[in-house]
Amino acid sequence: MTMTDNLERRDRSRQAFLSRSTLFTSAALIGAMLVVLILNALPASSALHVSGATVSLLGKYFTYMLLALAVDLIWGYLGILSLGHGAFFALGGYAMGLYLNAQTSPLAGWQSLMSHFPVAALAVLLAPGLLALVFGWLTFRSRVTGVYFSIITQALTFALMLAFNRNEMGMGGSTGLTRFYELLGFSLASEGMTVALFLASGIAVLLAFWLCRAITVSRLGRVSMATRDAEARVRFIGYRVDHVKLALFVVSAMIAGVAGALYVPQVGIINPSTFAPLFSIEVVVWVALGGRATLYGALLGALAVNYLKTVLTGAMPDAWLFILGGLFVLVTMLLPQGIAGVISKWRGEGHRRGEGKGRGSGEVPARQEVSA
Amino acid sequence: MIKIEHSAGRSPTRLLAHSLLLCLLMAWGSCLSQTAAAALGEPQTEALSKAEPQALLEALDTGNFRAKGDAAQAIADSDAEQKTRWLQALLDGRLGKERRGERFYIITDDSGREWPIIDAITFEDAGSGTRRTVDVFRINNDLRTRIRGLLASLSLSAGDEASRLSAAKRLIGEISAENAASVRKMRDDEKSPSVRDQLDIGLALFEVQQGDAKALDTLRGNLDTRVRNTLAPIAAGDSALAAEAQAVLGGIESKRAWYDRAQTLFFGLSAGSILVLAAIGLAITFGVMGVINMAHGELIMIGAYTTWMIQQALPGQPGLALALAIPGGFLVAGAFGVAIERTVIRFLKGRPLETLLATFGLSLILQQLVRSVFSPLNRRVTSPDWLQGAWQINEALSLTLNRLAVLLFCLVVFAGLWALMRHTRLGLEVRAVTQNRAMARAMGVRATRVDMLTFGLGAGVAGLAGVALSQLTNVGPNLGQGYIVDSFLVVVFGGVGNLWGTLVAGMSLGVINQVLQPWVGAVLAKIIVLVGVILFIQKRPQGIFPPKGRTS
Repeated sequence: MTMTDNLERRDRSRQAFLSRSTLFTSAALIGAMLVVLILNALPASSALHVSGATVSLLGKYFTYMLLALAVDLIWGYLGILSLGHGAFFALGGYAMGLYLNAQTSPLAGWQSLMSHFPVAALAVLLAPGLLALVFGWLTFRSRVTGVYFSIITQALTFALMLAFNRNEMGMGGSTGLTRFYELLGFSLASEGMTVALFLASGIAVLLAFWLCRAITVSRLGRVSMATRDAEARVRFIGYRVDHVKLALFVVSAMIAGVAGALYVPQVGIINPSTFAPLFSIEVVVWVALGGRATLYGALLGALAVNYLKTVLTGAMPDAWLFILGGLFVLVTMLLPQGIAGVISKWRGEGHRRGEGKGRGSGEVPARQEVSA
Repeated sequence: MIKIEHSAGRSPTRLLAHSLLLCLLMAWGSCLSQTAAAALGEPQTEALSKAEPQALLEALDTGNFRAKGDAAQAIADSDAEQKTRWLQALLDGRLGKERRGERFYIITDDSGREWPIIDAITFEDAGSGTRRTVDVFRINNDLRTRIRGLLASLSLSAGDEASRLSAAKRLIGEISAENAASVRKMRDDEKSPSVRDQLDIGLALFEVQQGDAKALDTLRGNLDTRVRNTLAPIAAGDSALAAEAQAVLGGIESKRAWYDRAQTLFFGLSAGSILVLAAIGLAITFGVMGVINMAHGELIMIGAYTTWMIQQALPGQPGLALALAIPGGFLVAGAFGVAIERTVIRFLKGRPLETLLATFGLSLILQQLVRSVFSPLNRRVTSPDWLQGAWQINEALSLTLNRLAVLLFCLVVFAGLWALMRHTRLGLEVRAVTQNRAMARAMGVRATRVDMLTFGLGAGVAGLAGVALSQLTNVGPNLGQGYIVDSFLVVVFGGVGNLWGTLVAGMSLGVINQVLQPWVGAVLAKIIVLVGVILFIQKRPQGIFPPKGRTS
């Protein structure tokens, strides 16, 4: 066995689906679900009992993690920063909200279709997917990149927020959709449903994690990372960069839609504030803190920031925006690789990972962002 | 004709009527003192003149509205010196009679349950009355019109030119068969041509109502709402007069439509000038440094808060405060900008997406800072007198002064920036760095210094936008947020780092928004503009005026 063989094998193993971090993350997710399940089953008198409210909160964190995965897939691995991913999340949420509303009172017009679960489930995927397809096709085709793309996605979610605030949309205006009672014939208020939704969210995170992992180690993923690092070069080699971007963008939007659909029954409301640019940009800071271009980093970041938010908005509501703002500044200046970067440095393998290097727009001069 | 109206507090017509009344009372007062001096020796006549007002008012105490109208006419025709005040009180529903007694009262304030009242004849304080003790004379709509006509012709016969003019204006549409003859006589006696014109319009309107088609010529192109409202039912018939009235009405409508368009254009331009002010700083920093400053909106807010603070420090002098706020807002916001550049942006060079996130974090911090230091509530900045009110060009077109001032301010700032970019060394360096940073540095331009100054300049201009904005809306912690998405659209639409592009883009977005608004509503108009810009940059990713030649 020669030296080159050795290197090649290492190279191949690096790109394999089952890396150590994948195994570890999957195990952690499954373990977390099992532990919560067991602790919840304990009698309420036990000190270790986890209440339904906590389970529901954890389920909400899972949906946020799903959303963070969606953002990381395109920001970390494709280098396009979407400041409007909340829009896809909200669209999935509204699709689910319509379905839930249809369970108690029949809806008028086209919305009556949403009373069937398969239609609603399809809508959860298709509504964000189609929007991403049309929007992505328009923007990627004309090579809108970098900050331009970010600003336009922000404008998109802003426009949708305005639109959904209108009562004429038939989406409940500024109150949004609320009053959900039943899902698939089971009461949403029951503890069993809470646990089921928690599990569904956890499994969704696991599946989405594997999907993203599969994409990033595939040929598509490698082209996308190459696009992130040197878009013009990839195009000159002969790849259809716009197709690559479109594919990942649509997948990412659909994951966000599923996250929204799982979020709504657990929180009990969906309203236009989910479209607010602030929410979308908050998602970006989850990913940035966790570590862009590492999937487990996105999961970690979403969990960390949201846990912090839950604790701090209760304890010191005024301080939360200071801390969130401070996170934005500190992470970008001091922790450009996020928590994941710290972990891998701590394990002494900071330079091992291909995807950890070449931080997208990082090495590209600003002016080249605006390619005509 | 140009007239400046101050619209502080009460409605201007109401205010005008009151001041008119005051003038008249003073005029009568001087008459009264003369007659009183003449009548000193004759006690009988004094008793008689006291009895007469009583009789005039008695006549009003009838349930028949026609009789009441005649009584009002009699009051107007009499030479009782209190007659204007009586008629005004009757019109306002404040003239009443004691329930068990013979005295008449004028209610000076009917807002509460207990009304302060004065004697209607002597105007002496008569304590207070209630619904139970005073029977207010009731009037109907016909009577109301008639009294208004009476009051107007009363004030026409006396007072200075301004009060006569407004009286003549009020007569438009109020002339009826009863007072037409007297108005005609007054018109012939009137010396002021402008008052005469108004009376002519009123009389012509009356004559058209009587079926005189010739009088329509006088009304051609008249913009007064009452002319239009009176003509509309006449034009609805199918006589020859109706056809002619229809033609005149059509002319009026199209003229009004033009002025409406001018009004929309003005509102659009003033909204656009705010956008330009907000976006131009952004355009400069984006152009030079390739950096999106998400805290730009908060710099606008800082400018607005500076204005508010200066005003707090100088109570009662809003004009001086505003004059100081212009340099003040520029300097404070500029200092914040330089601080942001030095502490954060400098370290994120060449990483535009990270800069975007970091500055977004700064914007959150600044917002919360303002919320904690001041309060989450909105603050009101009072405009100086000369910025309040409107420039009334004619009946259909009036330009609010504060919006006009903002528009002019925007143009001045734009001209200043343009001159700076064109004629100073800093401008030259900024343009050099915008075009090609590496080459500019090779030629000896200190790019980092240019960055700092540009950022300070952009932030300062944002502060100026805040000063301007404080004259239009309340100042609050979320002030900047509302403008940030719009300003980005302007920058994207106009092209990066392009002053003219920003001006044209901002103004056109403002106008387009205003034009769409009446059709589809404010929200949908905004959405259409957003979608429109997204589609626009499909075709021209470099904005309206793409830079010529090769850029790096």
